[in-house]
Amino acid sequence: MPANFEALASVIEQSEKDLLSRWIAALTAAGATRSGQTSDKELKDACGRFLKELRNALKSGAGEDIASPPWQDVREVLEEISTARALRGYSPVETALFVFSLKEPLFDLLRKVLAREEHLADVLIASGGVLDRLGLFTTEVYQKSREEVIKRQQDELLELSTPVIQLWDKILALPLIGTLDSARTQIVMENLLQTIVDAEAEIAIIDITGVPAVDTLVAQHLIKTVAAARLMGADCIISGIRPQIAQTIVHLGLDLQVVSKATMADALSLALKKTGQRVERLAARG
Amino acid sequence: MDKIPILKVGKCLLVTIQIDMHDRLAMALQDDLTNAIVSTKSKGVLIDVSALEIVDSFIGRMLSNIASASRVLDAVTIVVGMRPHVAITLVELGVQLSGIRTARNVDKGLETINRLIEQSESTDADGDD
Repeated sequence: MPANFEALASVIEQSEKDLLSRWIAALTAAGATRSGQTSDKELKDACGRFLKELRNALKSGAGEDIASPPWQDVREVLEEISTARALRGYSPVETALFVFSLKEPLFDLLRKVLAREEHLADVLIASGGVLDRLGLFTTEVYQKSREEVIKRQQDELLELSTPVIQLWDKILALPLIGTLDSARTQIVMENLLQTIVDAEAEIAIIDITGVPAVDTLVAQHLIKTVAAARLMGADCIISGIRPQIAQTIVHLGLDLQVVSKATMADALSLALKKTGQRVERLAARG
Repeated sequence: MDKIPILKVGKCLLVTIQIDMHDRLAMALQDDLTNAIVSTKSKGVLIDVSALEIVDSFIGRMLSNIASASRVLDAVTIVVGMRPHVAITLVELGVQLSGIRTARNVDKGLETINRLIEQSESTDADGDD
């Protein structure tokens, strides 16, 4: 086997330029530049580096196990390319095509150079195997980086969606946006209760203007949050119940067991009253 | 056996739970507290649970029992300083302590309880007229 790889390496070395240009032509034909998203120069650099590292790895007699240390540099180049493409929104096929489109020009070249050699078939099989493995490796890296992107977005969404705001002295506001599921309710509840402790709040206004629908489950979550806040010594006011939601709540026969106000402003004025505070308009200005 | 001290502050009793409650201790507290309400003629009970870290449904029920018993003896109960995770646990256990008043800290609790005692005394006085 190592002999086949060495033969392959020397063939690549002899006509590297020719191979490179044909490979890039094949890539461009297959749409790898994605109408300018990846510049020609970038593509050329990537291909050139890959061929160089591939040649070095083949020469080092590493065998076909691409997880072994001599393949380290090749793997790094591929990782870089795959990650960049995953972040730019390339499809898995487009990403894998980077390696797979090298097959045709390489096999053509081998056929020409080794036409009269006995081991042509062996070299073809060996190089096909290696390229297949490298192609699969790019797909794996692509998949991993996409998963990382998704996970980060999920975390960000969760962080973004549960702010607790100190509205006034002893008054907190909790604007809820999006659907309330059990996991989010848990986070919302913990955030709210911790803030009640930190701010020594007496009133928490839960604004559900941004909640698209209220069903029995969402109502259950709201009731739980209100009950927990009450145990901590803070009263809750629910505000921003939209007309359709009010009708749904009545239809479902739910009892939220809490004071509700139409708007955040009404809720704030009630909260101010309950905490014995007052906001006044200054005497007419001029 | 450990005992939870019951202190008289003004017109009400102050109970601070500073150790983890086990069932026997909870039962003993319930007994001691009802006796103390009668013997000191207190009008209010303030239970500080700010050091309580672990609760179960039994402790939750014990708290609501204490509240019910105090109400029968004409004293209001107020629970103060509950930790967030204790509150979440009680809610998840379905213990809502609906008969009990709550406050954020002992300071607020005393303020509320004194107001409540005054209110109930003035309504009692109105009733006598």
